[in-house]
Amino acid sequence: MSVSLEKGIHALKEVIDAPIASYFESCVHCGLCAEACLFYTETGDPKYTPIHKVEPLRRVYEQEYTLLGRLKKMVGLSKPVTDAELDQWQELVYDSCTMCGRCSLICPVGNDIVYMVRKLREGMAVSGHVPDGIKSATKRTVELGGPMGLKWPAVANVLRKAEEATGLRIPIDQPGADYLVLLSSMEIVNYPEYIEALAKIFHKAGISFTLASDAFEATNAGIQIGNSDLARVIVSRIVDAAEKLKVKNVLSPECGHAYMAIRWEGPNLIGRPFTFNVVHVLELLDELRQKGVLKMKDKLKDPLILHDPCQIVRRGGVLQAPEPLIQQVAENYIPIVDKQKWNWCCGGGGGASAIHTEPAEALRAKAFKIKKRQIEEAGVGTMVTFCANCRITMEEGFDHYEMDTKLLGLTELLAEHLED
Amino acid sequence: MNELQFLTWVRGPGLDIAVGIFLLGVVWRLLEIYTLGRRKDLAAPRHAAGASGLHTVFRRSLPPQGMLKRSPVSYIGGYLFHVGLAIVVFLFAPHILLVTNLTGLSWPGLPSQFVDLVAVVTMAAMVVVLVDRINKPAKRFLSTFEDWFTWAVTFLPVLTGWMAVQHLLLPYTTMLALHILSVEVLLVVLPFTKLFHAFTLFGSRWYNGKANAQRGVPV
Repeated sequence: MSVSLEKGIHALKEVIDAPIASYFESCVHCGLCAEACLFYTETGDPKYTPIHKVEPLRRVYEQEYTLLGRLKKMVGLSKPVTDAELDQWQELVYDSCTMCGRCSLICPVGNDIVYMVRKLREGMAVSGHVPDGIKSATKRTVELGGPMGLKWPAVANVLRKAEEATGLRIPIDQPGADYLVLLSSMEIVNYPEYIEALAKIFHKAGISFTLASDAFEATNAGIQIGNSDLARVIVSRIVDAAEKLKVKNVLSPECGHAYMAIRWEGPNLIGRPFTFNVVHVLELLDELRQKGVLKMKDKLKDPLILHDPCQIVRRGGVLQAPEPLIQQVAENYIPIVDKQKWNWCCGGGGGASAIHTEPAEALRAKAFKIKKRQIEEAGVGTMVTFCANCRITMEEGFDHYEMDTKLLGLTELLAEHLED
Repeated sequence: MNELQFLTWVRGPGLDIAVGIFLLGVVWRLLEIYTLGRRKDLAAPRHAAGASGLHTVFRRSLPPQGMLKRSPVSYIGGYLFHVGLAIVVFLFAPHILLVTNLTGLSWPGLPSQFVDLVAVVTMAAMVVVLVDRINKPAKRFLSTFEDWFTWAVTFLPVLTGWMAVQHLLLPYTTMLALHILSVEVLLVVLPFTKLFHAFTLFGSRWYNGKANAQRGVPV
């Protein structure tokens, strides 16, 4: 057994807890989780059945924690987990799992399968069986501050441009602010309008905010790869900055995994509750809407549907804010059947969008057929969402299928129609 | 060993051994699983109506949105054979009598003809879900020896019990003895196979419901 495999198996033994054991014991192989997974529904390939994706973890559980499994292992009747197998499983744990968590909502015996995948990724990461795309994104985040290798001077440059465009000051490293604003690299690079939108809204609402030059990046590639040590390093940067600046709240950007990382995994990674609140930007906007601060000068007329990003809605719990917000700014919002916590993933979450191998990209395109269908069934030309990663993935999907669907970010859309 | 000796054995020492393994097995497995513990969630909880472990324990008994249409055989077949099994096992007068003799507990049963009908429906539903397991790609792909074996181990007590009551194929005494033996096999196998979901599914649903309730998501 290689040293890295030994470490990987050890990591898996460490993550197995009572819920994982209970889940494995409860599984009756009914296969219904397959019906919840877009990689199965769009390909029909049974290897994408969610519970099958955690098979190596099941065997480690059986061989290490059950009486019969240990007996079988002693007499050599059990199949050990090998490097070759984990290598083969990379496709199932990363390429074809976006950690969207839809399977966890479906399982009749109640298994939280996405929780199991997250745990299996710990062992995959430690044993080195992670797609190169995610590995290098993680490395860049740790060494340079963000997954795209973005450094502060470049960010400061974008902020300066946003100041010029809006005529508003964007405070940096200001202690005691109401909100410490976090960004995702994708927003900084591809959707700088987000920053302008926020500045306008904060100014209008009279809320103080700041950015931190040593903690601007909210995304956490350590979580996507499944490496808790790295994830802790990345999240600590934000916690340190928030505590140093003594801010009341930390504002998570639209980005789904960023929110998951800071809001739900963050305190567990550093081993203590935060001294500040973590608020998703849509929660803040909905609060402002309810207070009557978020008034629109006009509304968008185009018929549109909403794409609820998995990590923010189904897994993040921001269930109620998106719909009233879209209704605030859109006249012809059409609710789709599988909306809110039932929505289908864009196909690029959980780090999948960072994997640029040919098979992974082809698989993503296939999985995207479900979004294509949702758009076509609703008969709309516009879709609104609130996650930079979903946007990138879906833009790729539109390109692939040569669709002329317009994709808009909810926060920007609100800012665009905000009363002056 | 003649028929009577066989029946005497399965009713006496056989039953004692099976019930003993079953009870010890259940306790052992429950300890093995639930003493593993879990870490406390340190993130500040978000509260939402309908989100809790207990809610999920009950909610998962119903098909989630859109699923009945996607997999009707799993749900309808599944309901029929689970409810059928419960009726046959717990509401057949001779079964109640057995429990009364062992423990003194007693409850009203259902008419024999009705239980007969339920047994037939249960067996039919079990055959249908078996065929579904062979037909559906995901189900077939996941299936191992254990899936076919546990199906047989669950089916045989119903079949032999029904045949004993109907006086089919073999003399009543022999069929009854086979029926009891098949139940004993089921009892011995249950704690150590996927049949143990009968105990763990409550824990699983609760953990899932609880973890998601922390985030304010009713699952």
